[in-house]
Amino acid sequence: MSLIKIENLTKHYTSGEETVEALRGIDISIEAGEFITIMGQSGSGKSTLLSVLGGMNHPTGGEVEMAGVRLYQLPGEKLADFRASRLGFVFQAFHLIPYLTAVENVMLPLAIVKMKGAEKRVKAAAALAQVGLGGKLDRLPNQLSGGEQERVAIARAIVNDPAILLADEPTGNLDSATSNEVMALFRRLNDAGQTIVMVTHNPDNGQYADRTITLKDGMVVAE
Amino acid sequence: MRLSTISLNNLRRRKVKMAFLTIGLMVGIATIVTLVTLTRSMSTDIERKMDEFGANILITPQSTALSMNYGGISLGGVTFDQREIRESDLARIKTIANHKNISAVSPKVLGGIRINNHDVLLVGVHFEGELKMKQWWKVFGNEPKSDNDLLLGSEASKVLNASPGDTLEIRGEQFTVSGVLDQTGSQDDSLVFSSLKKAQKLLGKEGKITLAEVAALCSGCPIGDMVTQIAEKLPEAKVSAIQQVVEGRLKTLDQFKRFSYAMAGVVVFIGSLIVFVTMMGSVNERTVEIGVFRAIGFRRSHIMRIILLEAALVSLLAGILGYAAGMGVATLTLPFMAEAKNAKLLWDYWVAGGSVGLALLLGLLASLYPALHASKMDPTEALRAL
Repeated sequence: MSLIKIENLTKHYTSGEETVEALRGIDISIEAGEFITIMGQSGSGKSTLLSVLGGMNHPTGGEVEMAGVRLYQLPGEKLADFRASRLGFVFQAFHLIPYLTAVENVMLPLAIVKMKGAEKRVKAAAALAQVGLGGKLDRLPNQLSGGEQERVAIARAIVNDPAILLADEPTGNLDSATSNEVMALFRRLNDAGQTIVMVTHNPDNGQYADRTITLKDGMVVAE
Repeated sequence: MRLSTISLNNLRRRKVKMAFLTIGLMVGIATIVTLVTLTRSMSTDIERKMDEFGANILITPQSTALSMNYGGISLGGVTFDQREIRESDLARIKTIANHKNISAVSPKVLGGIRINNHDVLLVGVHFEGELKMKQWWKVFGNEPKSDNDLLLGSEASKVLNASPGDTLEIRGEQFTVSGVLDQTGSQDDSLVFSSLKKAQKLLGKEGKITLAEVAALCSGCPIGDMVTQIAEKLPEAKVSAIQQVVEGRLKTLDQFKRFSYAMAGVVVFIGSLIVFVTMMGSVNERTVEIGVFRAIGFRRSHIMRIILLEAALVSLLAGILGYAAGMGVATLTLPFMAEAKNAKLLWDYWVAGGSVGLALLLGLLASLYPALHASKMDPTEALRAL
């Protein structure tokens, strides 16, 4: 059984009298433990697809099923709870909270979890160690390099042991050497069993993935 | 890491903005504390001053007989068929529910008497209480101290041809004129005042009094209720409120209160606006941050808790500082505002608790919409890049 099942997914945006069809009948199936990269040109719908997968953007039509849960049929704040417990996000611009230290940023997803403070810190420190930042727990984001900030963002995404790790252009703001390091990190996480869905425009990143899905004009054109 | 950690760290990061918000709210609370404290202190001061102007409840005997006029007030009969009140009964006034509102009780015995071939009205009083109640009296000579001292009204002094230090004989007993009143323009000018005890003896009314004046007032003092309460305790007496005095005092106090409430209302409105604008600006600045919170699974209620906790902490600090600043300003201002030089500042736990509570309520209410706005942010739009 697939971990992620997307059926006939459509997403339309209306701006005035104009309707933009960002996603036009997408069907994708992703198995547990897979590392998928979604590629495509700007405006192909890859970021929209990721936000729909992340339970943050209600589709116009179709179904998204994750770990047996029909995402957009979840009532009220259950969708937020699903994000908190099953998903991890890595954003292009890192989006670390500037007034929190590295370890505090990583602990953010645990702020709403019933767990002792010390236990949260241990878990966050372990996640930071996993991304190679075990010695920089108490650094503020502005005291870290771009690559290190990205690693903190990855640690934050994996601290709650998510079933699926979603990443949006994680190397978009990094130089090529740092990009390779970050991609190698994603690969190691995947090797450890982490399912990863990554949006990227860099064809070189595809080599780290098990499979690449290419979108064009809101449709899957290659898989 | 808790939600409160996020709130606290954000407050630390935005020190200048939060200081501006705290000061804005603090000034509002300080203004209210100053106004309320000043108004209450001044009211108490005015009440005290007004109480010095005289009585506002009159206790006279139930009588249908001849009446005699005293200070423009119709009294029960004093010479014929009169039913006096027993002096000991006055102690019952102290047992009424509102006894704490009574500042002075001044019993009097009245009776006609002949001195130096002149008929005069002798009034027996407790001099200490009477002089305290009638602060406008100006005594030439000395204030009476012993039972054989007399105080003469200005007219009585002329008619009896007596000055301070002179001796007068009343029913075979020698009395010393210790003082003469300056002209008051009232009935007091023609009266002869002696100690209550001596007057009772001279008039043959030992243990009895003709009337009693009661001075009672404080803000919200239920004069009507007090009249009823005293009447219940003294069924043989007629108890009436001197309405003009009561209404005049209450009107003055009411004007102070209305001014205070109006000013407080304006300040509360401005304070709310400051909180609202600052919190709204803070929320808008934190769009991406809130988007991250939502994306990683924070519920709307979590976002609201973060924002409202920040508002509560700032408001609490503003409330405490506002109270301290308000009391400080009131302390400095009161001597210039109050009538009496020794007017006392009222330190009230309710004002302290109320000001902190008001700051909290104000901060939370004004932050409610910004918090709701933040919680409703679409994480996709907030993050944009995603």
